[in-house]
Amino acid sequence: MHKLTLPPYALFLGIEVDSMREGSPVLACSFSPAVMGRPGFLHGGALSGLLEMAAIAALQAQIERDEPNLTLKPVNITIDFMRGGRQKRTYAMGNVTRLGRRVANVEVYAWQDNEEKPIGKAFMNFRMGQNQESA
Amino acid sequence: MEKISKQVENALAARTNAAEKASLTDRFNPRIFYEFMESMGHGHHIGLKFRDFGENWVELALPYSQELIGDIATGVIASGPIISLMDNATSLSAWTAHGAFRNQVTLDLRVDYMRAALPGKTIVGRGECYKLTRSVAFVRGIAHDGDINDPVAHVAGTFIVIEDHM
Repeated sequence: MHKLTLPPYALFLGIEVDSMREGSPVLACSFSPAVMGRPGFLHGGALSGLLEMAAIAALQAQIERDEPNLTLKPVNITIDFMRGGRQKRTYAMGNVTRLGRRVANVEVYAWQDNEEKPIGKAFMNFRMGQNQESA
Repeated sequence: MEKISKQVENALAARTNAAEKASLTDRFNPRIFYEFMESMGHGHHIGLKFRDFGENWVELALPYSQELIGDIATGVIASGPIISLMDNATSLSAWTAHGAFRNQVTLDLRVDYMRAALPGKTIVGRGECYKLTRSVAFVRGIAHDGDINDPVAHVAGTFIVIEDHM
């Protein structure tokens, strides 16, 4: 369906590609003890891991489409925890707000039953570089 | 779902027990709290260990594991586990600074990545609560892999106190 491969860490938490939407991957993670923090709730770190993975996947998808020679390096992430994540499947999708030659910005949010009510959102900044072989 | 419900129930009981045990000393003791909680949930799953604590800080350790790898080509671990490490270390530091357990949730967290963690190295996360109010804990922290003066990441965040859930 698509060539996106997720790293061992994603598989370890149960993060998978749920679907593609307008070229951007929607990642998802089912609830399990592996992602539980406060009893009965999704761990903030696990949610952050999912958000970050979705942000990187969205950026990679756009790089492949528009700028295949660019490489990315995460600089920072700011996460807002908006609602406690319940014992449900959690989805996350990133949106590249700007892809430049030096910097890229990606916003990403996560939701459970209702996409209109996100449980968390994050903003990531990336330092972009040129692939050595083609530069 | 049946099985998960049981595990949530167990985790709730363990957490109540851990909070009680950790409060038997004069001040909340994060080491004791962690001992009773360490077989539970996400922190346990990624392999977090307790290291040390002081008046307003807590150190946890994240041993290197192939399951945490974020980049197969280099063997560098993903940054998700580092966020979890720092979320837990700073969360514990808030109770430690407060001197008692209270229900809190992460409001926000910012993570700056200085450099990639070295494959094979244990990452130490030091979380510090530098200001407490009645309803907010302000925290910061550093993740490093041996030398705190050469950090892997810096974090800053806030926790808010909630009353409705244990």
